[in-house]
Amino acid sequence: MHHVVVERWSRGASPLHGLDARSKMGALLAFLVAVSTTPPRAQLAFLAYAALVVAAMAASRLPLGGLVRRAALVLPFSATFALITWWSGQPLRAAALGETSFLSGLAALLLIATTPLAQLLAALETLGAPRILILVVQFLYRYLFVISEQAQHMRLAAHSRLGAAGARGLRFDAAAGALGVLFARSWERADGIYHAMLARGFTGRFSPAVHPHFHPADAVFFAAVLAACAGIRLVA
Amino acid sequence: MRAARVIEVRGLRYRYADGTQALDGIDFHLEAGECVALLGANGSGKTTFVLHLNGLLEGEGSVEVCGLPVRKDTLADVRAKVGLVFQDSDEQLFMPTVLEDVAFGPANLGLGPQQAAERARKMLEQVGMASVIHKAPYHLSAGEKRRVAIAGVLAMQPEVLVLDEPTTFLDPPAQRELARLLASLPQAKLIVTHDVEFARSLASRAVFFERGRIAGEGAVDEIIQRFDWRPRF
Repeated sequence: MHHVVVERWSRGASPLHGLDARSKMGALLAFLVAVSTTPPRAQLAFLAYAALVVAAMAASRLPLGGLVRRAALVLPFSATFALITWWSGQPLRAAALGETSFLSGLAALLLIATTPLAQLLAALETLGAPRILILVVQFLYRYLFVISEQAQHMRLAAHSRLGAAGARGLRFDAAAGALGVLFARSWERADGIYHAMLARGFTGRFSPAVHPHFHPADAVFFAAVLAACAGIRLVA
Repeated sequence: MRAARVIEVRGLRYRYADGTQALDGIDFHLEAGECVALLGANGSGKTTFVLHLNGLLEGEGSVEVCGLPVRKDTLADVRAKVGLVFQDSDEQLFMPTVLEDVAFGPANLGLGPQQAAERARKMLEQVGMASVIHKAPYHLSAGEKRRVAIAGVLAMQPEVLVLDEPTTFLDPPAQRELARLLASLPQAKLIVTHDVEFARSLASRAVFFERGRIAGEGAVDEIIQRFDWRPRF
């Protein structure tokens, strides 16, 4: 089964990986607020934000190209609005729109690429997020993989009988039927997983597998990012 | 002196929602330390039967686990006593790392994260999987996954181990390893299997299922012969 690269990255080791999730979440929030409230004319400030993100990327020891490519997924959406803004005669505002969304995307990606989901959810729980929300996210995450795994199996089975025609050779009715079967199979699989969880005493509540600890280094990281963001924002 | 009965089933019947009568009056018992093989054709009711032992299905009749009737109010205790190892390990292993997955059961029993992790480590050592504790379960081989799934169940310190088709997806060396591992475990074992050699190597008794009923029980070789259950090509 192929799992998402970001999940694999989140299990790496680096100074950024070692920080408490709450510290990173707080830092991300400070960064997002600062970036999104910076006026478009302060292009130097965006450069400074970019320098902050690059420093964090270096500290994460993750492949820079891979991070940039994945964060660029937000660009088609923001670029559409940026182009409209450009045509309406506000080039600086258009540039700021692209910069804000890309830097924000990159910063958010850095958080999830350096923090395993379990730690993120444990952090959210200690910060008072509703338990039901956490449970829904956990199941959603698990079952997304169930569906993707079933889809991969069916795709392989289809390709093995389609020959050179590939997926394009699949007729519409066959594709529609396959989609129905995919959901039926995913349902059964998910049901099996749920049974296996019940068999091991699951009562509708995930016990936290990780106990977050807030160390002085976490406080220092958060304070440093907060100070840097506030400094850039005030100068801008 | 008769050994204590860890499982006692009387008159168990179960009908699926589509009308299929999967179990039609099953009487069965399992004694402490005993290893029993459940044989029978596909669809004969073996898996449906074992799902009742853990309270995952609820039919007519009575099921007792270590003297406890399987009911809604006893489910937590029953599930702590009966460890169910599913046929497809991928269904059982769903946490991001092996350690977290094995600690899932103990955490549900109320152990703190440290204690649950400690017990998980111990069980992974017992099944020879201590070297993969930080790996993602989906990166393991089929044999390794099965061992981790067993560790996940052993971590709940059950008195009965129920294994559904444990040799599925395993190559012969992994099957031998699994048989060795199971033979070393003191718990009573109930093994649903089509693999007669595996059953012969572990079980002292076999029960043969046919259309939701127990058609025969006795020594493994005797049952295999009586129902002509050895593969011949």
